[in-house]
Amino acid sequence: MRRRVTAKQGFTVWAVAVFAFLYLPILVMVIFAFNKPSATSVAAFHGSNICNIPPTQVGNITVWNGFTSCWFSAGLHDPTYIPAIVTSLQIAAAAAIISTVLGLCAALALARMRPRLRAPFDALVYLTLVVPEIVIAVASLIFFVQARNYLHAFPPLGKATILLGQVVFNASVAMLIIRARFVGMGDTLEEAAYDLGSGPMATFRQVTLPRLMPAIVAAALLSFTFSFDDYVVPAFTNGTTNTWPIVLYSAVRFGLTPAINALATIMLTITVLAVIVTAIVLRRSRVRAAPGQDQTGGLDIAVGLR
Amino acid sequence: MAVAEQTGTGTVAAPAARRKRSFRPRYPAWLTAPSLVYYAIFFLGPMAILVAFSLATQRGFGSLSYGFDIAQYRLIGNPLYTTIFARTLVMAGIGSVLTIAVGYPLAYWMARYLTTYKMLALLLVVVPFWTSFLIRTYALKIILDPNGYLAKYAGINILYTKYAVAVGLVYNYLPLFILPTFASLERMDWTLIEAATDLGARPLTAFRQITLRLTLPGVITGALLVFIPMTGEYIIPNILSGGNYEFVGNVIGDQFNQAQNQPFGSALSIALMGALSVFVIVYILFATKEEQFGA
Repeated sequence: MRRRVTAKQGFTVWAVAVFAFLYLPILVMVIFAFNKPSATSVAAFHGSNICNIPPTQVGNITVWNGFTSCWFSAGLHDPTYIPAIVTSLQIAAAAAIISTVLGLCAALALARMRPRLRAPFDALVYLTLVVPEIVIAVASLIFFVQARNYLHAFPPLGKATILLGQVVFNASVAMLIIRARFVGMGDTLEEAAYDLGSGPMATFRQVTLPRLMPAIVAAALLSFTFSFDDYVVPAFTNGTTNTWPIVLYSAVRFGLTPAINALATIMLTITVLAVIVTAIVLRRSRVRAAPGQDQTGGLDIAVGLR
Repeated sequence: MAVAEQTGTGTVAAPAARRKRSFRPRYPAWLTAPSLVYYAIFFLGPMAILVAFSLATQRGFGSLSYGFDIAQYRLIGNPLYTTIFARTLVMAGIGSVLTIAVGYPLAYWMARYLTTYKMLALLLVVVPFWTSFLIRTYALKIILDPNGYLAKYAGINILYTKYAVAVGLVYNYLPLFILPTFASLERMDWTLIEAATDLGARPLTAFRQITLRLTLPGVITGALLVFIPMTGEYIIPNILSGGNYEFVGNVIGDQFNQAQNQPFGSALSIALMGALSVFVIVYILFATKEEQFGA
């Protein structure tokens, strides 16, 4: 008995350490959003607002120099950051919608298709997930350039091509999430609806779709996040368009100010709130909809486990 | 007796009745058409051009002529590139093993010991997964910075080395491994462990013979789930090694960004996919074997 308790304590210590490892960098990033430029760079600066100090002169900002909150306003007023974020949001919204619709249609048909017919499609889907993103990115780049050469109606490198490149991966993810839920649901309720005289469209709208909703929302959210967060595909297919990860990447490589931390902190807050709201919504829909021993409140659906 | 007979025939007849059922809710196959067309154009199309480019001949800066030229593939045999290939696969392997070592005990702890806070713990694992990959890598860079606290007071100055890359790999891919592993641990029937210990098995033996065996498919899936993107990793080596410790992905990127040697970049891409497919095939063989034995 004593042995069992010590094992539990050992695991708990490990778990706390791993969570510290996961969250320490994020915590540091948030704390350093309130960091002043180094004392020497403040002394050398002649303006009134120290958060106008450019990245090249900001000094060592990986140690604590004192508290300021002006990076938040500096970040929000930066001429490159906000437009890039807006571009990323637009692309992510479009990617989420297109991927979810493609994924939903395919999932509905595939879930109850004969395995032999389904196999080639499945292979294709897994292929889109297994091919490294950098390969998809460069292949898409040469494809888009060639397509534009031969077909003038094809969009030039920009928002549209970023979107076209990203949907491949996201549609596959969306399909797998929605299909897993659809298969798990079984067909008894739909059959009951048909037996009671409801037509195919009405059954879909009133029975199937509402029960698929958690998975559809999860797929859309995940596609949105993947697209918004994606650097590699946009980095090669963007033309001259700047997305938020592209701006972020060049800032991280070539010098930045805590304004980046400030914007990242704002987005982190929004993400955390969104995750909490999603978890609550999924939990409530589970309570209403389904019996069962699901202890994770549908979060496993949200992250694509079922 | 009559009741028993009825249920008896009922259960026997059920499969036949199911097959003969006049209607089975099914969705038309054409619903797959939109995604099929999409994949055909925007996935298979680029892949086909990639193959064509890899066999093309480079003519000066940025122009090429199509053909069947395997010179680019020969160039990959150059020690300069085989080293990078080997390094990428070894680092992805080390990264995956470290991820298992760090993540499995956590998933085990969540599945075995948590009840009320299971949901919260899962949320805590997922939140980093849903925050920006770049921001997380940048946050690591702040901590590992040579002018930062870790270098100053703990003497750990590993930024721009392979150690920083390994830390970055584990840090970024940990949630992706924990989720499927947790799912397989969650399905475990813990009374089996109780039965084993009741019958005199030592806890470690029970773990090795029951828990580990039952959760191995989940662990392998999780490991592959992190190994594959690690081999194609582009951002982490670039930011955390500062170009000192490039992966194949970075070399591929360079051929399209700076060198403008697209045939060579394409050939490297195909070779990377070839190397990866070996692992995927081994996994599929493993998975089908597992299925056969009903695990």
